[in-house]
Amino acid sequence: MVSSGIAAIDALTGGLPRGCLTEICGPASSGRTTLLVAALAAATRRGECCVVVDASDVLDPQSAAAAGVELTRLLWVRCGESSPQARLEQLLRAADLLLESGGFGLIALDLGDLPPQTARHIPLTTWFRFRRAVEHTPTVLLAVERQSIAGSCSSLLIKLGSLGSQIREQPMDSQFPAPTHAHLLTGLNIKAELVRSTLNRKPAGSAEITFASKTAWAG
Amino acid sequence: MKNQWPVASTQLPENLTGYLQLGTGYCFMFACIYVPNFPVAAVFRAEPELRSRAVAIFEGKPPLEKVFAVNESASRMGITPGMTKAQAKLCSGLTLRPRSLLQESAAHAALLDCAQSFSPCVEDAAADTVILDLAGMESLFGTLPEIAHNLFRCAADLGLDANIAVASNPEAAVLAARGFSGVTVIPPGKESESLGALPVEVLFAGRESEEREGRKNRDEQKESASLLATLARWGIRSLRALAALPEIALSERLGQEGLRLQQLARGTVSRTLVPVEAPVVFEEAVELEYPIVLLESLAFLLNRLLDQICARLAARALATQELRLTLELQNLAGVDPQLGTFGIPSESDESKSAIESQSPAQHFVSGRQGKFCRTLRLPLPMLDPKLFLKLLQLDLNAHPPGAPILKIHLAAEPARPRSAQGGLFLPPSPEPEKLELTLARIAGLVGEARVGSLELLDTYRAESFRMRRFVPGAAPETNRQKIAAEEKSAVAALRMFRPALRAAVTLENGELVRVVCSKKKEVQGSVLWKAGPWRSSGDWWEREAWARDEWDIALQNADDVALYRLVHDLLGGGWFVEGTYD
Repeated sequence: MVSSGIAAIDALTGGLPRGCLTEICGPASSGRTTLLVAALAAATRRGECCVVVDASDVLDPQSAAAAGVELTRLLWVRCGESSPQARLEQLLRAADLLLESGGFGLIALDLGDLPPQTARHIPLTTWFRFRRAVEHTPTVLLAVERQSIAGSCSSLLIKLGSLGSQIREQPMDSQFPAPTHAHLLTGLNIKAELVRSTLNRKPAGSAEITFASKTAWAG
Repeated sequence: MKNQWPVASTQLPENLTGYLQLGTGYCFMFACIYVPNFPVAAVFRAEPELRSRAVAIFEGKPPLEKVFAVNESASRMGITPGMTKAQAKLCSGLTLRPRSLLQESAAHAALLDCAQSFSPCVEDAAADTVILDLAGMESLFGTLPEIAHNLFRCAADLGLDANIAVASNPEAAVLAARGFSGVTVIPPGKESESLGALPVEVLFAGRESEEREGRKNRDEQKESASLLATLARWGIRSLRALAALPEIALSERLGQEGLRLQQLARGTVSRTLVPVEAPVVFEEAVELEYPIVLLESLAFLLNRLLDQICARLAARALATQELRLTLELQNLAGVDPQLGTFGIPSESDESKSAIESQSPAQHFVSGRQGKFCRTLRLPLPMLDPKLFLKLLQLDLNAHPPGAPILKIHLAAEPARPRSAQGGLFLPPSPEPEKLELTLARIAGLVGEARVGSLELLDTYRAESFRMRRFVPGAAPETNRQKIAAEEKSAVAALRMFRPALRAAVTLENGELVRVVCSKKKEVQGSVLWKAGPWRSSGDWWEREAWARDEWDIALQNADDVALYRLVHDLLGGGWFVEGTYD
């Protein structure tokens, strides 16, 4: 197990398992990318090489750098086709090649912006192949999705949800409401649920935690 | 041209250690590597499948092409040098090949590489002959027979069937290499005895190759022929007979040249080597009789060239970090102008590739005068012909030449092989060779510019980054306490929409009320909360000036609330949703 980069998630799951598939799912603004870049930052700080296979070309380099990702140790594969089906195909083929190549500390498959109906087209045999390819290797295979699609092939399933945003308001002396530029988005409140973990003999049942992320400019 | 002299059996004395300290004085030892029938050997090196066939090499301008050299099988069929190509063609089962100076020059370079992989003191005696000084080599490479056999094996690895001879002086080594096939080791003091069985023609063998190269004038040719005729008239057929002649009488009849030949026959001529510093150039080329069109056929030839180059690099204990492939194309004038888009680089292609060259591993170098050039740059020195072939294949699949290929030229830039110390506790890292191949395959899948590592640019402009080639560096020293401290806070990340989504924004009294993106249905709804605008601008002194207002907004979707970054382009005048906080 290695650190996910977020202490609360580590406390919930025990960390991200090496040689296993971990799924992170949730809707938009639920903290999936926050968790992904935190895991990338932790892995690159350990000196490991990481890959993000980005089906929708959504990674923000500024956010990754702000989260502490060492960009020189991060390989970014940007799938470039216009149709979601073609992008999914590129992602799967690139993932196959990277798993075959080996040597990466973390391989992240970002399917978060693909339509769920497209992502569900990935046959279970593909996930099973990925799981077998990553087994007995020191690689953490991470899939970011809207909904869980890998079924029992994933060893760890974390479901994320938003509990709202943190907003800081500049105190104003006047009786009028503060103007919009006096507000500042300072972070997200995130709820994380451990839906499935096949790694230790814990009783069946999910566990929940909440944690907060802060924006790069929040200070 | 076949070897004209009777072949003696390989002479290997049983115990040859300690030659360098024999007797009271220090005894030098020299090795000679001789490639018989060099023009044919150069062709065999380039096309090994021809070894079992009858082959004749021709040269000259059509229609006056003449047979220049033949192998033994062709000679048995009655083909001799000097025949016209038309005559030789009448012989069925004969393979004809044009003489290729490029192949001969590559074979000669390989011969020098072979010699220099054993000794730093190498004399380039002729195109087919090199002489090595073996002084001090015993402690490195073993006994003299072992060195000779290793030289033989090294030459064979480089595609050359060579004769190796070791003797106490260079001339005796050269004569033995030219006279005996295989490996010959002559003990010091036994030169006359060992060389005695050779025919006198062997003394003029070096001159024959010079004649072939045209380096010898007609007077010298006549002199050689008359000397040989005189010796034949006297009944002198072997070196033993020549060595036994009385010196004064020989000098009276043949002059100083006769004495020199006798000393050569006795193996007593001693001289110092004239060492050469061979240029470290690794180039191989193939000229094709018929143009090839398919990339599979090209891959077959590239495989052979890569094997040869890698064998030469390995002989010099070098690797390569850059491979340059140059293809000469046929009939560019007749090629469809649209082919430029398929691979024959045009000016615009060049400028484009110059921009892209910062990230991808392969890129155009030049593309003029019917030449198609590709350069394969590697992050680390490597020496794996299979890997190079796959990388070149992937590159040529992405950038096909676009016209039939007439000539293939491959050059490798030598580099010192990398040395790395592995460690049990080092973090996992991909193997450079595997990684390079994987990156090339992924680049073929998604595009060269869409795979690599990131580099942030020093500007406030949005999307200010560029893709670079992914080269994982050395792992930093991990400080667990520092890592633990950094892990405590998570940073909210933005998920970009590329390209940014154009939005229809409803304003009431200058306030954002509703945002609708027609392209992405989930990005629409009434604005629950907003912060901004944060105004920024830049590059106003250039054409690509930019100015924008940024808002952070929360939108109420059908199911839940999502946070977005909304941008108002102050110069273009549109509204865009740039990404979502996730």
